[in-house]
Amino acid sequence: MEPVLTSGARIGDRPRPRKNYLNETKGIWSWMTTVDHKRIGIMYLVATLTAFLLGGIFALLVRLTLLTPQHKLFGLQVTAETYNRFFTLHGAIMVFLFIIPSIPGSLTNFVLPLMLGAKDVAFPRLNLASFYLWIVGAVMAVASMIIGAVDTGWTFYTPYSTTTSGTVTLMTAAVFVLGFSSIFTGLNFIATVHKLRAPGMGWFDMPLFVWGMYSTAVIQVLATPVLGITLVLLMLERVFQIGIFDSRIGGDPVLFQHFFWFYSHPAVYIMILPGMAIISELIPTFSRKTIFGYRAIAYSSVSLALLSFIVWGHHMFVAGQSQLATVVFSALTFLVAIPSGVKVFNWLTTMYKGNISLETPMLYAISFLMLFAIGGLTGIFLGTLSTDIHLTDTYFVVAHFHYVMMGSTVTAFIGGLHYWWPKMTGRMPSEKWGRVAAVLWFIGFNATFLPQFILGSRGMPRRYYNYLDQFQPLHAFSTVGSWIIGLSLFTTAAYLLASLRKPADAPDNPWGGTTMEWQTSSPPITHNFEDTPVLEHEPYDYRPRTVAH
Amino acid sequence: MSTTSTEVQPHGGHGDHEHNPYHQHHFATMEQQFDTSKLGMWLFLVTEILLFGGLFVGFGLMQQRYPREFIEAHEHLKQVISGKLFPLYGAFNTIVLLVSSWTMVMGVNAAQTDQRKKLIRYLVITILLACVFLGVKYVEYEHKFHDGLLPGIFYKHQAEDIIKGTHGYATFFSFYFMMTGLHGIHVLVGIGLLGWLVVRAKRGDFTSAYYTPVDLVGLYWHIVDMIWIYLFPLYYLIS
Repeated sequence: MEPVLTSGARIGDRPRPRKNYLNETKGIWSWMTTVDHKRIGIMYLVATLTAFLLGGIFALLVRLTLLTPQHKLFGLQVTAETYNRFFTLHGAIMVFLFIIPSIPGSLTNFVLPLMLGAKDVAFPRLNLASFYLWIVGAVMAVASMIIGAVDTGWTFYTPYSTTTSGTVTLMTAAVFVLGFSSIFTGLNFIATVHKLRAPGMGWFDMPLFVWGMYSTAVIQVLATPVLGITLVLLMLERVFQIGIFDSRIGGDPVLFQHFFWFYSHPAVYIMILPGMAIISELIPTFSRKTIFGYRAIAYSSVSLALLSFIVWGHHMFVAGQSQLATVVFSALTFLVAIPSGVKVFNWLTTMYKGNISLETPMLYAISFLMLFAIGGLTGIFLGTLSTDIHLTDTYFVVAHFHYVMMGSTVTAFIGGLHYWWPKMTGRMPSEKWGRVAAVLWFIGFNATFLPQFILGSRGMPRRYYNYLDQFQPLHAFSTVGSWIIGLSLFTTAAYLLASLRKPADAPDNPWGGTTMEWQTSSPPITHNFEDTPVLEHEPYDYRPRTVAH
Repeated sequence: MSTTSTEVQPHGGHGDHEHNPYHQHHFATMEQQFDTSKLGMWLFLVTEILLFGGLFVGFGLMQQRYPREFIEAHEHLKQVISGKLFPLYGAFNTIVLLVSSWTMVMGVNAAQTDQRKKLIRYLVITILLACVFLGVKYVEYEHKFHDGLLPGIFYKHQAEDIIKGTHGYATFFSFYFMMTGLHGIHVLVGIGLLGWLVVRAKRGDFTSAYYTPVDLVGLYWHIVDMIWIYLFPLYYLIS
């Protein structure tokens, strides 16, 4: 019944159904009460991209302040306190409102059930509840900025966070709510993967994207409750002084760091694993080649999820841990390099002798490989005790985690957005402008963050609003880089939105993908598939096959 | 399980006379729907354990930091309690919750076997036992409020043995109130859920073909019971 793919074939000949998930029902109310995973995915996409814009504006303000050591912004003097607020809001918004919910909430919500051949996620109403919890958390976070201010950094370290004035309590309450949004999303995906796979689809027939998101979901469910209780303790410490984190009343500030990183280190993998999951789709599709080392990539996702729980101490090498603990955490941290390396080498081997086409998503995938290599390698430097003592709390750390969080995850997110945009909207985005923006992104990103490695290794501390004159050239270079990033993102926003104005033109399978989401129409009908799809071949099977009837 | 022997209507097919009204369209069979809901509930319970886990770890670490203060505060807790009308609040409440877990199991069993009246009876008994638990908790709390054994800045106890201003005592009672308080909130939520089950059971929603909510609330109720079984020795037995 279904046309069987031949190598690189594009299916677009089936008539487009008149009704799809976008136009089946109309009006704002039909969107706000929807339980369709595709619509919730779109709403998550709009919401998290709005947060991305807000966090991005704060990032640009931070960089602009640092253009000169006189800490001026548009001619006005910036106080240390204002600067603290800028980077706190940038960090808190980007981490809790954008990176953590973006790929799971938007792209995965849309694609994961399609990839499994399911009609929806396991718990559609819980999915909608998760979105509204995000909204509540976002409103609380924004309110904490308007009512007062938060200047603790996104990590809310004690004792500063228990003693500073401002609306820290409201902000942590917001993060608590956002945590439950994340838990519900993860819980939903685990149940969906376990129970709603298409008939005949075993665990090793699933696309690697699903493996990556499954691993992410496991971390979301297992780590986030610990963050929740930690933030509750922090709130109670601020309000009732219960004596757990504040040393003046008998608490232990380092305990907060342990609790916080027990969540937030796994959270780093909540951020990077979805990026890796997307790359595992882009590389085989645009190399027209079966993925190399399917099982190795699948297992490496799971092992990254497990390792993420036993390395949190590497955030605290200079925070007063026992020497034995630092040595053990350092050794465990090196283990992370193994599954990460397994992935990168398998992707590279997939590309080897493949029929590579450099369309926009693939440009982002290749950028990912390069930026992730730098981000991962500098992570090894920071995991090494002797070098970390020197580099702790410098711009080297800032550059490292931006290479991983932004250079890798956000790059993969934009790549994935282009890859699935035709499926989500039924429109092909401009290929020409897409390539321009992708190249700008790569240049701008490196221009912004490569100088920060040098700054950090020369001793520029992070979170300072002024600096020695000798650092100015590199800071200025970095600031100009941030403008190029901004230009790239505005270009992307412009042509993606412009594509919505034209009539639907996307074929069902514009990239010649082999996973199940390409077997339905673009955009899909409300119930995803006309007939319950049956798995006919393993994922990423690009071998030419004869057409069966 | 999901062997797709049932023909699935593409649009939910509510016209089908054999169709269960609680069958959601994205599940192939009722059995698959039940299994999935149960898996989801188990995952939620894992998050509950981790939520309490943070408090247990915090308690353990603070106990290491203030071993003497924690034991003295605990002894004090015991002394004050044994002098009053309810000598063993904790032990009594443990038994109450254990019995309520049994009535809950009987309720699930009644739902599975289409015994509606029995189901309602067992659910109501479970609710009553939960209220007894909270009542005892109230007496216990009131007592501590009266003695000023309160968390953090509200700690006002003036007796010679454990005095305000010494670290550790207030911390002990901070944890006591946080952990039993969070548990109490869970009991309250449980009462709400059980009440909702009673309403639905009276309406005749539950049959042997569909009793998922009863089963899931049952699981929740058992975890609330389980957590108490760990809280009880932590505060009332260890010396």
